[in-house]
Amino acid sequence: MLYNLINGISLGSVYAIIALGYTMVYGIAKMLNFAHGDVIMVGGYMAYCASAYMGLPALPAILFSMLVCTLLGIVIERLAYKPLRNATSLAVLITAIGVSYFLQNAALLIWSSTPVFFPKLIDLPSIKLGHITISAASIITIATCVVIMIALSLFTNKTKLGKAMRAVSEDKGAAQLMGIHVNGTISLTFAIGSGLAAVAGVLMLSTSPLLMPTTGSMPGIKAFTAAVFGGIGSIPGAMLGGILLGVIETFSKAYISTALSDAIVFSILIIVLLVKPTGLLGKQVREKV
Amino acid sequence: MKKINAHSLNGFVNYGLVLVFFAVFQTLSSMGMLSNSFSGQLIPICAYIVMALSLNLVVGISGELSLGHAGFMSVGAFTGVIVSTLLQHAAAPTPFRLGLAMVIGAIFAGLAGVMIGIPVLRLQGDYLAIVTLAFGEIIRNVLNCIYLGLDSTGLHFSMRSAAAMGLEEDGITIVNGPMGAVGVEKISTFLAGCLLIVVVLFVIQNMVNSRSGRAISAIRDNRIAAEACGLNITKYKMMAFVTSAAMAGAAGALYALNFSTVIPKKFDFNTSILILVFVVLGGIGNLRGSMLAAAVLTVLPELLRGFEDFRMLVYAVVLILVMVIGNNTQAKALLHRCSGLFRKSHPKEGLDCEQ
Repeated sequence: MLYNLINGISLGSVYAIIALGYTMVYGIAKMLNFAHGDVIMVGGYMAYCASAYMGLPALPAILFSMLVCTLLGIVIERLAYKPLRNATSLAVLITAIGVSYFLQNAALLIWSSTPVFFPKLIDLPSIKLGHITISAASIITIATCVVIMIALSLFTNKTKLGKAMRAVSEDKGAAQLMGIHVNGTISLTFAIGSGLAAVAGVLMLSTSPLLMPTTGSMPGIKAFTAAVFGGIGSIPGAMLGGILLGVIETFSKAYISTALSDAIVFSILIIVLLVKPTGLLGKQVREKV
Repeated sequence: MKKINAHSLNGFVNYGLVLVFFAVFQTLSSMGMLSNSFSGQLIPICAYIVMALSLNLVVGISGELSLGHAGFMSVGAFTGVIVSTLLQHAAAPTPFRLGLAMVIGAIFAGLAGVMIGIPVLRLQGDYLAIVTLAFGEIIRNVLNCIYLGLDSTGLHFSMRSAAAMGLEEDGITIVNGPMGAVGVEKISTFLAGCLLIVVVLFVIQNMVNSRSGRAISAIRDNRIAAEACGLNITKYKMMAFVTSAAMAGAAGALYALNFSTVIPKKFDFNTSILILVFVVLGGIGNLRGSMLAAAVLTVLPELLRGFEDFRMLVYAVVLILVMVIGNNTQAKALLHRCSGLFRKSHPKEGLDCEQ
């Protein structure tokens, strides 16, 4: 029971970190960045390449993959999403799906569909608590998630850039009039989200080490579910949603059915959206005529 | 009066195209001029055309993005296979079995559409898209766990394993969880496929130009104004969604009965996206465009075998480019000047991206 709970929280922390990327981008650009899940996959491959081909140790490999993903996030935003700033959400969503497909298939061409075994970047002994064993990866995942969470809330609430970000998500036009560089702020948001995705990718792969071009899509969809679950656009909501989703998934795998766990997770999303269309911690926005 | 004539003319051109398509390929294949791999593609082409047309009803006419369309296809596919296998043992004639499989497939997919539509259509925009995606995944996930078998005592059903059904010695397994349905008798014909396209075209074209169709388009263009005019939003949205789901179900039955093995994994998110690509490339809201895009893009990989690896990559790039260029005012002006075959005959039918 406790074992499952800790595993669930660890899985949920990964979802939470990915969900942060979704929620920040949604908050600021009002778009679903469907390609976010595939950025995780790219992050995983980058860390893999860094440690397998360049022989970098764990920390530099992770930093390298974060750097590549950050740049990738900015490039994607510039090339695919920026021209569509004023288009319908349908057009933007289809573009995002296109980007997601592009990343997956590019990875398929570069690394082929054979799964590679992700090296153990974090190699620490497991911890024994009474009669249960907790892997070091789970603890590091949870700790990273807490650190990211604190850093991100300090960033958005205390720094000037964070304030600019909140201003842009509140009202783009007014923010621009106040002298905020709107495009730069949006790029920054994509950069942060993608960098976090790389971290999430490495953390996820240290517990389930099979890496292939489609690795990112399922966690991406689930993390998105988590973001919606917690109320999209809200940072604490993404955190809460991610962890709840991880716990629910682990418990339904352990106690109900492994094969049906995805169906259960998605059903919960639908039920939450029906009862509370803006998610657990989302703001109720009134529609103006 | 003139407008109505233009509408029906447009409709007859579409029927004519299907007729020509059927006549040409039927003749070619009876003369043995088609390669094996190509004639094997004819029925999937029909199924994909129907899928594209039905998704166009939701995306183009009703203006909602559905990312779980393959889910309805799989409901139709498996229902169709089950019906066909049951009737095979009742020794029913083949065309009757195929027809009934498609009809019952459509009914079940339509029911799934109702079940999904009730919660989903209360949401809007991105939320709706993601929930349809979730439903597509749920359907696939559940189908992966279904085991169904037939023996002399009747149907056996289980959610755990094939052995848990407790079949008799001579019983047959119809649906075998993740392995899907195996040993399906191939009864789909090209004629049936073309007939299905004509029926679907007939339904969509008449629906779009009817009072309800106009109501659906009005809701797409401005939901609040439409509601203020006294339109029942949920009713009309459900109408489009359920019709579309039912047509996808019929296409699924047609598709499944063309292969000896059908697995649930075939109808995953990728298939939903593929169909969306047909609709987007053919022009959102443009029926003829959807048909052409579905037919060409299904055949293309067969023709360009060496290109196979790059196919999805090219799809992705094309999808992005169509969206980026389609929303660029300068490029749009250029397109207006060199208007070609694919241009919409009525701007009203399409989704106006300028808003």
